[in-house]
Amino acid sequence: MNRELFLHGIRQAIASSPGLRARSALPERPQPPVYGDGRIGQFTDRLEAHACSWEEIETLEALPGRVLAWLDERRIERRMAVAPPLGGLPWPDGVYHHSAPAGIDESVAVSLAFAGIAESGSLAMYSGPDSPITHNYVPEFHLIAIRAEDVCDSQEGVWAKLRARGDMPRALNLIAGPSRTGDVEQTIQLGAHGPRQVHVLLVRAKGGKS
Amino acid sequence: MKPLRGTFDSRSAKALGDPSLQKALRNFKPLFVAKRAAAVAELPDFERLRDTAAAIKDAVLSELDVWLERYADKVESLGGKVHFARDAAEAREIIREICRKAGARTVCKGKSMVSEEIGLNEVLEEDGYRVVETDLGEYIIQLAKEPPSHIIAPAIHKTREQVADLFEKNHPGRPREESVAGLVNEARHVLRERFFESDVGITGGNFLIAETGTSVIVTNEGNGDLTQTLSRVHVVTSGIERVLPTLDDLSVFLRLLARSATGQDTECYTTLSSGPKRPGDPDGPEEYHVVLVDNGRSKMLSGRFRDMLRCIRCGACMNHCPVYGAVGGHAYGWVYPGPMGSILTPLFNGLAENYDLPNACTLNGRCQAVCPVRIPLTELIRTMRNEQVKAGLMPASQRRMMAAWGWVARQPGLYRALERLGSRMLRLRAGRSGALSSLPGAGAWTEARDLPAPQGPTFIDQWNARGGDQ
Repeated sequence: MNRELFLHGIRQAIASSPGLRARSALPERPQPPVYGDGRIGQFTDRLEAHACSWEEIETLEALPGRVLAWLDERRIERRMAVAPPLGGLPWPDGVYHHSAPAGIDESVAVSLAFAGIAESGSLAMYSGPDSPITHNYVPEFHLIAIRAEDVCDSQEGVWAKLRARGDMPRALNLIAGPSRTGDVEQTIQLGAHGPRQVHVLLVRAKGGKS
Repeated sequence: MKPLRGTFDSRSAKALGDPSLQKALRNFKPLFVAKRAAAVAELPDFERLRDTAAAIKDAVLSELDVWLERYADKVESLGGKVHFARDAAEAREIIREICRKAGARTVCKGKSMVSEEIGLNEVLEEDGYRVVETDLGEYIIQLAKEPPSHIIAPAIHKTREQVADLFEKNHPGRPREESVAGLVNEARHVLRERFFESDVGITGGNFLIAETGTSVIVTNEGNGDLTQTLSRVHVVTSGIERVLPTLDDLSVFLRLLARSATGQDTECYTTLSSGPKRPGDPDGPEEYHVVLVDNGRSKMLSGRFRDMLRCIRCGACMNHCPVYGAVGGHAYGWVYPGPMGSILTPLFNGLAENYDLPNACTLNGRCQAVCPVRIPLTELIRTMRNEQVKAGLMPASQRRMMAAWGWVARQPGLYRALERLGSRMLRLRAGRSGALSSLPGAGAWTEARDLPAPQGPTFIDQWNARGGDQ
């Protein structure tokens, strides 16, 4: 249907309720939570509550070693999809990694989050050339690096970061733990369609302790 | 989806006699209620968030045309296409046309109540597309050829054994799985192939953001995300009432939705999509369409049921409804069950055809007490009954009884005399036990419990005897 005609129907409906259009003032919203020094603690608590594992690393350069150790401990093959900004890190020889979109048999992905949300323990993934969306959903194991300074108190902090950048990614994926379902007899089962395990590598703040 | 056959009465009787459904209902109810209560208790701002969410929705509805226009402009500036569907038939045609143009063969679907509302699957299947529901619950009921029985847990009425039977029949060449883990894993493997074959991916839109031209979906499985990322064409179906002004408004609703729906603080995945794939993007859909569906909503905007447009489809009302808890979702006969369905179904499908729904409510108010956007559900159900009476839909027998009662009630002397007589007869009939196990004309009531007999003189007689004010 024609847009104008469609909207006209809605305008008529509004006009037929006297005084309705005058009630358009938006309310003040409650302040989102602020955690101060407890921000990182809150973030990691919520990660655990959502069945994520996590560890701290000093710098991003330490990432390949820690990723490989995590895979080796679980006897998972050293083949992975790696976000382009992490592809240039010192990965040892014999490790197969690529930055293309995840294929149907992709088992492991290593990504870099745009932001974290302490309130809910979520990771915000900003889609684009540096962050293929398929890496977030196709593999069984998802390892996500996040800089401690990028952890915001709340979603509102992420929205502010987006506005500061001046654009919205095509997809912003907020991830809170591994994929799950309760659709068979309300029994929670991890790894429904997306990753079965999510491991977070928290990179300490530039200047020292996180 | 087409309304189910039968009446609320006949479908309820069937539900009450279905042992596996009754088992499922007994299991699910305490789980949802307790989990919501615990999640709400952990968020001190919850009540204020409910007030705020209701006020945001009211403000948006009062200028819905403005917000929709702003939203649509923004989507189109990002390269997306917005379609406007006045009713279900138009919405179906728009989506059929998108699939035709895309040369589609496989159509994957994330969970979308609007697509159930407009009966999309049936027509796409008639057109010869392979339509695959990817939410595990929706997939199970698609295999069973049944409608959803709950808006967020559509296969809640199926036992593990029934799911195992369905999978065994529909996944040839795979060994039978019996465990929950095995069944979930089997669905993961089978559906994975469908995601990668998908040409058109259809999802719902929990929220639409005018500020950024964004559609938002929330899922726990990640199926909606795979659907919309791996398909060449992404189609969002959404009711017109889902638009919100800004991302900050979205946050208010996201804090309410998961807690109210499943008792989680957040779902696993919240995805904000804005337009199609951009230059340099390694993945994502080449086309992005939004189908905005009116289908009677603008009519609600001008009438007595406007508050119902605040609904965010969380399911809390049905999770707390004693009637839903006893008979499950299929008894309600269409896409939307429980208290919200008792209002929406008559509005969408006709007051006369759904006479029973608002009348099956006990007006206990538990739904209203938990609704995250404070929809006065019991008030609306009462209003719906009122509309039915005004439309002359009350059955003749009921109407005659009400008229007779109304006449007697206007003759105080006669009314009190009859009351005295009735009370005495009931006491006499009950005898020493003080309760009646059967009563002519009230057999349905006394079938399941005894009726306590009046204990003494009527209220008015006692009042007078004690010298109460006249």
